[in-house]
Amino acid sequence: MKPRSGAKVIIESFVQEAVDAVFGIPGGAVIDIFDELNKSPVNFYLTRHEQGAAHAADGYARATGKVGVCIATSGPGATNLVTGLATANMDSVPVVALTGQVPTSMIGNDAFQEAYTSGITRSITKHNYLVKDVNDLPRILKEAFLIAATGRPGPVAIDIPKDVQQALTSVPYPKEIEIRGYKPTVKGHLRQIRQVADAIKKAKKPVILAGGGVIASGAHKELHELATRARIPVTTTLMGLGTFPETDPLALKMLGMHGTAYANYAMVEADLIISVGARFDDRITGKLSEFAVNADIVHIDIDPTSIGKSVPVDIPVVGDARAVLRELLKILEPPRTAAWLKKIAKWKKEQPLAYKDDDALRPQYVIEQVCALTKGDAVITTEVGQNQMWAAQFYTYTKPRTFLSSGGLGTMGYGLPAAIGAQAGLPGATVVDIAGDGSIQMNIQELATACLNDLPVKVMILNNGYLGMVRQWQELFYAENYSFTCLRRGKDCPEDCDHSFENCPKRAIPDFVKLAEAYGAVGIRVTKKKDVVPAIKKALATKKPVIVDFIVEREENVYPMVPSGGSLKHMMGGMA
Amino acid sequence: MRETIAVLVENRFGVLARVVDLFSTRGFNIDSLNVAETMDPAVSRMTIVVQGDEAVLEQVRKQLSKLVDTTKVIRFFEGDHVEREMLLAKVSTQKRGRPELMEIARLCRADIVDVGETFLTLGFMGAKDEIARLLELLKPFQILEIARTGPAALGRGK
Ligand SMILES: Cc1ncc(C[n+]2csc(CCOP(=O)(O)OP(=O)(O)O)c2C)c(N)n1
Ligand SMILES: [Mg+2]
Repeated sequence: MKPRSGAKVIIESFVQEAVDAVFGIPGGAVIDIFDELNKSPVNFYLTRHEQGAAHAADGYARATGKVGVCIATSGPGATNLVTGLATANMDSVPVVALTGQVPTSMIGNDAFQEAYTSGITRSITKHNYLVKDVNDLPRILKEAFLIAATGRPGPVAIDIPKDVQQALTSVPYPKEIEIRGYKPTVKGHLRQIRQVADAIKKAKKPVILAGGGVIASGAHKELHELATRARIPVTTTLMGLGTFPETDPLALKMLGMHGTAYANYAMVEADLIISVGARFDDRITGKLSEFAVNADIVHIDIDPTSIGKSVPVDIPVVGDARAVLRELLKILEPPRTAAWLKKIAKWKKEQPLAYKDDDALRPQYVIEQVCALTKGDAVITTEVGQNQMWAAQFYTYTKPRTFLSSGGLGTMGYGLPAAIGAQAGLPGATVVDIAGDGSIQMNIQELATACLNDLPVKVMILNNGYLGMVRQWQELFYAENYSFTCLRRGKDCPEDCDHSFENCPKRAIPDFVKLAEAYGAVGIRVTKKKDVVPAIKKALATKKPVIVDFIVEREENVYPMVPSGGSLKHMMGGMA
Repeated sequence: MRETIAVLVENRFGVLARVVDLFSTRGFNIDSLNVAETMDPAVSRMTIVVQGDEAVLEQVRKQLSKLVDTTKVIRFFEGDHVEREMLLAKVSTQKRGRPELMEIARLCRADIVDVGETFLTLGFMGAKDEIARLLELLKPFQILEIARTGPAALGRGK
């Protein structure tokens, strides 16, 4: 093979791995890669911050199921990626991040723009590399794409010194690769699966708990067959939204801290919990000692480290969700669940998700209307906080890969760049970021990326003038001591502000409508309930990025709520 | 609980840091750790002795197996393996004299690996309790400095 530079090998890997979108920002330590990039067939999106690039790669990956790729220069470029990589890592998203590094001869000398990237990213990636020899680069790139996408997916970071990008190699890009220490278990143990089938047959009050692993393995069809054939209700984690159609009578929607009352009651009363691709995060279990005390727990997960980590498991099955469910379906014998489903139906009727339906502009109403007007067919991304929980509760998800949210890390500023990545991967889709007025400011600069690249994402800001979720905790658990959660507070505010709307100078900084216009997007402000539907319609009909600034009820809270560390039995609120 | 774990890993830079990270992120102190090449120079063997809560240790073992760079994780139990550790001890001859120290070395089958005017350095390989016993015997002489490798371990039989 004719020798070519490391930089050329990187482009070759993009082509070989069918990467059709790459996000990033150039700099001295990656200029050699960029020297090849604009001559290649790869679509590159220049973001305005490396965090935006990492989230965009993540959003692209979550929306399309393909590996997302981002590039940053050494030092500050690499450190700016950190939050994005940690976000992808917590939510098991396949991302390959390439960072430039100072030349090998200078590593460790505190050279200009040097950071110990491989050390910094080690604990927030599935795996990472520092490439010291260009002859290793083809293998490492091939390994990185494989590791990112297979098993429990996750981000892989490759740190590539500038001289390695420039050096020549004639080692070909491998077609296949074997990694000695990396063999994810795909097929579940048949004896274990038989035990699951037995447990299901005997169960009287079974519940399926579906998590993000169902999406990663593409097991939603098998999950649907399991639930409908066995007549077992399905609740999903935040990451599992869309794995089971919420329009189905068997759907319990989301469980946990802000889950539905009926999902949480079902967990409390269940005698069998079949967890598929979920990891029993503390936001869903509540107080561990009181979690599912009546139930046997089946835990199907491709990652053996997830099993038994927080809750004791009765029947563990290590394997790919889809492969395991397929085997299970072959021997499935439906239990008798009619009485159980009746009980659940009663809970659903008595305690549906609800909010006060009056003349006020309430955030939940906005989301219901977004759902209605997109026919539940949009790709929804979220920021973090109340906006995220309302987006989870009040949009009706029916398909996988339509709810993209930072679940594990809870990263404010995720939604807009993730929407950009999703839109880049799915040009025809309607992509909507449900945002908070606080979070959106953490990566607002990416509006430039959206506008310049004709990525017509719609940002719906639920503008409550607060870091609302924190404010809610202060109201409920910190004696209403609203310490630094008001986003409208300024020097001229009265010391003893009572947070009543009347006395508020009502400054809204920034003015999101003007901000949208400054970027070349369309800005719409909505202050009345009756204007919600026309505004959403207009936004959806606009072929440009749009920000709709909904000035919502300031002190609306997210309910129901299981207080942190509390038992799922004891929920606050939730009744209209 | 105290536990000995052997880990076979790719002989590459960064691997040791990754392994150690798994313990340190959970606030575990590693009692001892040693690493060296195996018969296959591409593979290194680590022997790690660590104390911690059983549930957390189990999580660490699983995490170790999951690392891309590890090919095998072996957990040892009491009686199913042999452990040997090396000790170097520099011991003063001022207090009780050289002949007595040499006698102890002979009786305990320790080597004399360095000789000075006022000290002897003993080298000794043994199981954990043998090392403890020797150190006990040397104490009255005044131990100036010691270096221990921590145990290496291999399964019994097969
Ligand atoms: C990067 C980051 N910083 C801080 C937090 C803590 N935090 C969680 S929710 C929240 C408030 C978010 O405010 P906003 O975006 O306006 O959303 P709201 O809850 O008002 O809908 C904060 C500060 C976080 N999750 N992420
Ligand atoms: Mg807010």
